[in-house]
Amino acid sequence: MIRFILLQNRQGKTRLAKYYVPLEDSEKHKVEYEVHRLVVNRDPKFTNFVEFRTHKVIYRRYAGLFFSLCVDITDNELAYLECIHLFVEILDHFFSNVCELDLVFNFHKVLVYLILDEFILAGELQETSKRAIIERMGELEKLE
Amino acid sequence: MNPFSSGTRLRDMIRAIRACKTAAEERAVVRKECAAIRAAINENDQDYRHRNLAKLMFIHMLGYPTHFGQMECLKLIASPGFPEKRIGYLGLMLLLDERQEVLMLVTNSVKQDLNHTNQYIVGLALCALGNICSAEMARDLAPEVERLLQFRDPNIRKKAALCSIRIIKKVPDLAENFINPVAALLKEKHHGVLITGIQLCTDLCKVSPEALEYFRKKCTDGLVRTLRDLVNSPYAPEYDIAGITDPFLHIRLLKLLRVLGQGDADASDAMNDILAQVATKTESNKNAGNAILYECVETIMSIEDNGGLRVLAINILGRFLSNRDNNIRYVALNMLMRAITVDAQAVQRHRSTILECVKDSDASIRKRALELVYLLVNESNVKPLTKELVDYLEVSDQDFKGDLTAKICSIIEKFSPEKIWYIDQMLKVLTEAGNFVKDEVWHALVVVISNASDLHGYTVRALFRALQTTAEQESLVRVAVWCIGEYGDLLVNNAGMLNVEDPITVTESDAVDVVESAIKRHASDLTTKSMALIALLKLSSRFPSCSGRIKDIVVQHKGSLVLELQQRSLEFNSIIEKHQNIRSALVERMPVLDEASFGGRRASSLPNTVSTSNGTAVKLPNGVAKPSAAPLVDLLDLSDDVPAPSSSGGDFLQDLLGVDLAPATQSGTSQAPKAGTDVLLDLLSIGSNPAQDNSVSTPDILSSAQDHKPAIASLDVLAAPSNMMDLLDGFTPAPPKPANNGPAYPSIVAFESSSLRLTFNFSKQPGNPQTTTISGTFTNLSSNVFTDFVFQAAVPKFLQLHLDPASGNSLPASGNGTITQSLKVTNSQHGKKPLVMRLRIAYKVDGKDVLEEGQINNFPRDL
Repeated sequence: MIRFILLQNRQGKTRLAKYYVPLEDSEKHKVEYEVHRLVVNRDPKFTNFVEFRTHKVIYRRYAGLFFSLCVDITDNELAYLECIHLFVEILDHFFSNVCELDLVFNFHKVLVYLILDEFILAGELQETSKRAIIERMGELEKLE
Repeated sequence: MNPFSSGTRLRDMIRAIRACKTAAEERAVVRKECAAIRAAINENDQDYRHRNLAKLMFIHMLGYPTHFGQMECLKLIASPGFPEKRIGYLGLMLLLDERQEVLMLVTNSVKQDLNHTNQYIVGLALCALGNICSAEMARDLAPEVERLLQFRDPNIRKKAALCSIRIIKKVPDLAENFINPVAALLKEKHHGVLITGIQLCTDLCKVSPEALEYFRKKCTDGLVRTLRDLVNSPYAPEYDIAGITDPFLHIRLLKLLRVLGQGDADASDAMNDILAQVATKTESNKNAGNAILYECVETIMSIEDNGGLRVLAINILGRFLSNRDNNIRYVALNMLMRAITVDAQAVQRHRSTILECVKDSDASIRKRALELVYLLVNESNVKPLTKELVDYLEVSDQDFKGDLTAKICSIIEKFSPEKIWYIDQMLKVLTEAGNFVKDEVWHALVVVISNASDLHGYTVRALFRALQTTAEQESLVRVAVWCIGEYGDLLVNNAGMLNVEDPITVTESDAVDVVESAIKRHASDLTTKSMALIALLKLSSRFPSCSGRIKDIVVQHKGSLVLELQQRSLEFNSIIEKHQNIRSALVERMPVLDEASFGGRRASSLPNTVSTSNGTAVKLPNGVAKPSAAPLVDLLDLSDDVPAPSSSGGDFLQDLLGVDLAPATQSGTSQAPKAGTDVLLDLLSIGSNPAQDNSVSTPDILSSAQDHKPAIASLDVLAAPSNMMDLLDGFTPAPPKPANNGPAYPSIVAFESSSLRLTFNFSKQPGNPQTTTISGTFTNLSSNVFTDFVFQAAVPKFLQLHLDPASGNSLPASGNGTITQSLKVTNSQHGKKPLVMRLRIAYKVDGKDVLEEGQINNFPRDL
């Protein structure tokens, strides 16, 4: 199960944070800070998996953004790596060559959180087809 | 327009915040915005509500507190329109979590939304529920969600499925309700619904064993068929990733099959073919393919044994291990740890690759590889493996050294084939990384050294040489100082040379130099300095010519601010000056420390490791549960009996006194209870200084528990004059008081003081000569009444004592009445050793506590 998803830039600012487990606000900030530190110092040649407290963090860097997923120890890391990539592809499709600023200005609107909500629910994968998600986003946008 | 009114568009606010150059500016902007929003909330402003919430969410993401917005979320959710609801739910998920009570208020709205005609709104509600519902909400809304599992729209079905996962996690009792709907979901064609249904099924099986049984019987075949169709399906652009159709679905199916097949032979059989197919046909040049292979291998390892499949799996892992991608290697190392339990041989083949991984630059890989190597060690490969690891120790990073050292020491202890190899390796480790070595490890080393009597000379010379090269590692210094103290004469005389050694010349003063530098070193801590002091004492006896010099060194610490050093310095100084006659006897060779009991004491504190073989010489017995209460007792343990309840250390001194044992010889197996360091100090405390209770605090350097017990405190009772004279006159035992040796056992006065007398009467059961029943009578000799009278007794290990309750706990004065108490003593060394017992009597006189202690040496000999 996915515990949380974080999108952070290299300076440590969080651009997107979605938690599937309950945490106090102060704990959330601590977690974000720690994950950022863990992830930003790793050499690109190293594995994309780090142990974090009693879980694992699977991360990937796309340009200036780090996409981090915290999952249980028993989960399949390679699968979640694919998951991150699929998410990025979907975002890319929406924004055409998505960049960090797009995420900042559109975080609340249909796009980032809603995409995420169509993609992952309750910490598990909801839909694996890019096309299906994109269609659904289109429908939702029409309602706005 | 005021830029901070709630009329501001979200975009502008974001721009304003981004334009701030300092944190203070940003805080000011945010504060103004929050104020505007709060004002709008108070006015119950409808129009800009959802814009305000959007702003609030952004501010929350920046890290500012936003609790005042929570009620807004609720109001928005209750509004009829879709956009408002959407923002309301989004805010709900972001600003609240399941632990907040405000969440309960939302239950009703959510319920209505779940029943809404607009399926997008239903979707919103399901989404929010799935992400943050609490246990009560789950219980309330479960029936709605169940119904939605069969909704006509697949989008709703999949959301409902994931929502159900959360519900059963929060309220496992509801699991049964979901079994039937899930069985239907598993037959779906739509990938989205299928994958969510599978996930729900997996979680159901984890939560409820009945569900597991049901699915195992009914659905395994269907799932296998689905997987087969998926694997064989033609190119489907919608789901294609790297040439594989929907790898996520593959992986989830494999995971579910794993849960179903674990522990069940039939189910495992059904899946063998498809697993083989996936394992062989999947392409592994892309990450997606590797992810599937990884999951497949995991499944093969977990289900019931099928030789061919397992071999296949391990081959795949072998391939992964040589892949250049770090991720793949990491994953392979992980799996191999599990594979060892299944097929250790196959994993051994990859040993050299794994060793390479220990030296990798990536910390995660190093850690995994080290753990794997640790599991792989057995007697045949321990020597080369250890050599590799020790070589690597020299070049490894600081943060890795700790781990590495601990593992190496553990390996060396468990599997060392011969003592000399053990000592060599430990010396190397100590030289390289002594500061990372834990105390118990070097204690164990000392125990082994003392047991390897033919290696004493070799060891002390090797240590001497090591100290010449590096004196930085604390543990090395300590072990070396101890050995030089004990075996200094061997060092100087080059005694016990082995063929592999080069001769070295060490003079007596060289040896003393080394120990002196250990004391003088600024970095030496208390333990090292204390050990060095006592080593000097030993050397002063072994090298009489250096005695004067040693005395000077020792005397320097007379004024030390640390009590331990000061005490040692004074006491040793006085031995060197005034008590030369007993000095040599005091510091004679230490008796061989009992490995088995020491190991037993440690085994309970060692972490569990996978032991794949039986070690030889230095095997630590596992599971020997010794009471940790009396380490001193264990150290001087005489018998191999089952551990008796911990008795005070004083018993052993009595053993010495009562049993007339000669001082220790140097035989390897003798366990003669010659005084160890602690008893030594107690003797000293009687002899040269007034009895100090500080002798309690003397650390026993050879015990693993540094906090010392009243075990030693009780020894100070021996300051009773009669015994002291005996000790200082050359260790003759206190003669047993005259007692009849006739067959009828006379009663004895076991204990007598000015206010109390205790008499013992003996009897034995016929046919049971080892057990004696003692009837004790207490008489009060004073003119005050004793109240709260408690009698306690302790015996050495070869005796077993059972105390019955006393007849009363109040003793009238002047012998007007008595208290009787019956004891049963079983002597396992009946005929060889007489009974000895220590007693402790506590009572109150006029409200004041009185304590009397004593020992009974005058038992009739043949009890």
